[in-house]
Amino acid sequence: MVNDFAFKIATVNGTGSASANGLLMQAIYRMGIPVSGKNVFPSNIQGLPTWYEIRVSKDGYTARPANVDLIVALNPATYAKDVAAVRRGGWLLYDSSWPLDRALRRDDITILGVPFGNMCVEAFAGDRERTLMRNIAYTGALVALLDIDMDVVSEIIREQFTKKRALLDSNFRALHLGYDYAKKNFSCPLPIRLERMNATRDQVLLDGNTAAALGCLYAGATVGAWYPITPATSLMEAFTGFCKRYRVDPQTKRNNYCILQAEDELSAAGITIGAAWAGARAFTSTAGPGISLMSEFIGLAYYTEIPGVFFDIQRTGPSTGMPTRTQQADLLSIAYLSHGDTKHIALFPSNPAECFYMSVTAFDLTERFQTPVFVVSDLDIGMNDWMVPRLTWEDSYRPDRGKVLDAAQLEKVQRFSRYLDVDGDGIAARTLPGVSPKGAYFVRGSGHDKHAAYTEDSAEYREVVDRLARKLKTAEEAVPAPEIRRRNGGSSVGVVALGGTHAAMLEACDRLAAEGIEVDYMRIRSFPFGTAVREFLDAHETLFVVEQNRDAQLRSLLAIETGIARDRMIPVLDYGGLPLTADFVTSQVARELEAHV
Amino acid sequence: MTSIQKPPVRHPSLQANSLGLTKRDYEGAMSTLCAGCGHDSVTAAIVQAFYELEIPPHRAAKMSGIGCSSKTTAYFMRQSHGFNSVHGRMPSVASGANAANRDLIYIGISGDGDSLSIGLGQLCHAIRRNVDMLYLLENNGVYGLTKGQFSASADVGSKSKRGEANVQRPIDPVLLALSLGATFVARGFSGDKTRLVPMLKAGLRHKGFALIDVISPCVSFNDHEGSTKSYRFTRENYHELAPVDFVPLQREITASTEAGASVSVTMHDGSIVRFREVGTDYDPTDRDAAYAHVRARQERGEIVTGLLYIDESSSDMHETANTVARPLVDLPYDSLCPGSAALDALMDEYR
Repeated sequence: MVNDFAFKIATVNGTGSASANGLLMQAIYRMGIPVSGKNVFPSNIQGLPTWYEIRVSKDGYTARPANVDLIVALNPATYAKDVAAVRRGGWLLYDSSWPLDRALRRDDITILGVPFGNMCVEAFAGDRERTLMRNIAYTGALVALLDIDMDVVSEIIREQFTKKRALLDSNFRALHLGYDYAKKNFSCPLPIRLERMNATRDQVLLDGNTAAALGCLYAGATVGAWYPITPATSLMEAFTGFCKRYRVDPQTKRNNYCILQAEDELSAAGITIGAAWAGARAFTSTAGPGISLMSEFIGLAYYTEIPGVFFDIQRTGPSTGMPTRTQQADLLSIAYLSHGDTKHIALFPSNPAECFYMSVTAFDLTERFQTPVFVVSDLDIGMNDWMVPRLTWEDSYRPDRGKVLDAAQLEKVQRFSRYLDVDGDGIAARTLPGVSPKGAYFVRGSGHDKHAAYTEDSAEYREVVDRLARKLKTAEEAVPAPEIRRRNGGSSVGVVALGGTHAAMLEACDRLAAEGIEVDYMRIRSFPFGTAVREFLDAHETLFVVEQNRDAQLRSLLAIETGIARDRMIPVLDYGGLPLTADFVTSQVARELEAHV
Repeated sequence: MTSIQKPPVRHPSLQANSLGLTKRDYEGAMSTLCAGCGHDSVTAAIVQAFYELEIPPHRAAKMSGIGCSSKTTAYFMRQSHGFNSVHGRMPSVASGANAANRDLIYIGISGDGDSLSIGLGQLCHAIRRNVDMLYLLENNGVYGLTKGQFSASADVGSKSKRGEANVQRPIDPVLLALSLGATFVARGFSGDKTRLVPMLKAGLRHKGFALIDVISPCVSFNDHEGSTKSYRFTRENYHELAPVDFVPLQREITASTEAGASVSVTMHDGSIVRFREVGTDYDPTDRDAAYAHVRARQERGEIVTGLLYIDESSSDMHETANTVARPLVDLPYDSLCPGSAALDALMDEYR
């Protein structure tokens, strides 16, 4: 139970609990112990239930836990549900300013009451401060109960409030109110407790949207266009923050970037495409509803071969769906977004670190292949803090701008034809406006021939779209290869997943192995699928495809693209909007295998 | 059917501008619009304006959406990059291109369907951003490519070719632009090239979003009796506010004492727009007065043309965004990437 447990804090949103919860997670991380946190929040500003789940794992497992050892129940509206989530023999911490609510009673757990409300009413003045400090008070109680290092907690509070003296004092007072009460009234620490480790030294706590924004910064993106939408908003906000810090010309104090908040996602897509056409590295960040709106522009960019990076921070669909819950349900729509024959390059980061590196890859791929590239993340990766290895950068990196003819190169060609495949890889050279009169051509979403001239001729039309298919074929082997983990000697059972479920998948594979079920695991990292994906599917007799949507979209994509029969792949589907747990995968796979034997 | 290129014939007597280019060098592919289409006259005026302004064609970018008007970007300046985008969305593409490369001269061609129906939002927000571009709205009150449906600019009572009268109130791009804070608002008539050319030149030199609504009759679907966008109706009912002269910066001295000039506006680059014979009751820098004037004339069934409003003092998109003077596309990668040491230091903040 040391360094291996999970606890959950149930509060009401808008009461300031987020910073207290962040403080707890950060303190555990600084004690050198692997930790992960999932913020389960409402699509609301104030008054609805919100939860924060913290998992401590000495073995480094970061997936969401299936149940918790301790619940801090501070929201009467969710008492019954919250207390039910505690495992047998676990603990409940509640606010004993009021009598124990009937809904909180359970015989098989230990109930700990601290009068947080009364304490704060006595110690602080004003409703706002009393509400805020109640969060720090429960933090103090947890510090005592879980044996969190008080010095570390104090250090973090000091860092946060050095410039706000009054708040600093209040925070320390509240912290000790909870801490002292717990020390005096309970046997601290509980059996679930922490001990210092040294497992986080080369790690950082980072969310995927911040990491992706950093990737855009490092890739040299200069134009960002967006329309606010959860859970993608924080990506462009982080980019804006980084640009203000790293992209202001020291001499002129003017910006080496242009970020435009557009009137809608259609416009954000148009701005991205316009900027990329003019030669900038440009991107937009959005979620499912925005992807739907961008669809027409994506078809234009595909057909006219204009780059652009499109971040889709997936949330629960369809329609508005559950904006603050996660899912992997945009896979099929992104793969073939827009009317007519289209296919798009997509990258699937599994954690914030990969969001950083894949953002850079996305810019290289979009310019090399002159087609939109999607970075398909999700709310869990994008908005939660994950423990990932420190990001590093190779200073030798230079952007891959693809085939772009400059004025001198244009001078040497007899006649520039925009859509002529000179090298046989399906990729034609492009030119940028303003460079040379010889490079001028007319971008049109209407039928065009290889010279970019208007056409309604079948053969001329087909010549262009056949080359586009060839180009996407070339991309199959240029996009990031899948990550494949084979058990000793290989298994006949293969499990396939992508994106943020990776953490749960790794844990599930280990747990299945512990139960005597050896499985090989493939994490798909990109679309279109390369030969490695097909080979893995071919090589396994029994296949599971684990994904977070109702309709087994990844399975469909695999069937469409590889020709492997759909029925040969057993779907494991979790689509309720919360991050995947290893429990779910383990039990589903074990059950199916049992049924198949 | 493929597009038709014009043979590069050059008449020996053709005059060249200071770049050594003749008007032929500012032309594009053969127009595939109907014979007599107002849009072709506008195209000719654009050729004239660019030629006279001596703009190197490859330094201009032609932006458009979908529709008859949007097709015309193919019919001028073949040595310019052109971007025929999706229906109603040209303003966003132009905004993005301008964000990336502020040094190019952007001309957007749109129509009343493209701008006032499907693309109304994009037009409004390009005006709000004050993107530095000339936006031409070739206005014929009708959907031509789909054969004659009313557009959002059709006047109440104006009759379609089949005889039915339009009942919905029109959206007037000029009044719309004035109310949204546009910094250059004009109305022209495709049948009056002499007055259109200086208007285009002033619009191209305007720093910010220049909207020119050009009444450009559709000979196939809206040029009949009963239409308020026909050649005849427009000719009979348009009233030029005041002819304008566009005086480029370098020519200022020679043309400085034009007789009858009553109002002059100095543009951002030092060029001058001079309103000839404008009445003392009209001030083209007074937004409210311009709005009231157009409305009052409209009530009398008149179409006011001319450069109606100009504001050279407002910030364009880049000034608002405080972007560097150099186009973003020209910034070397080294100046954009903070490097490994900065990343390493930054990582310490995430623990």
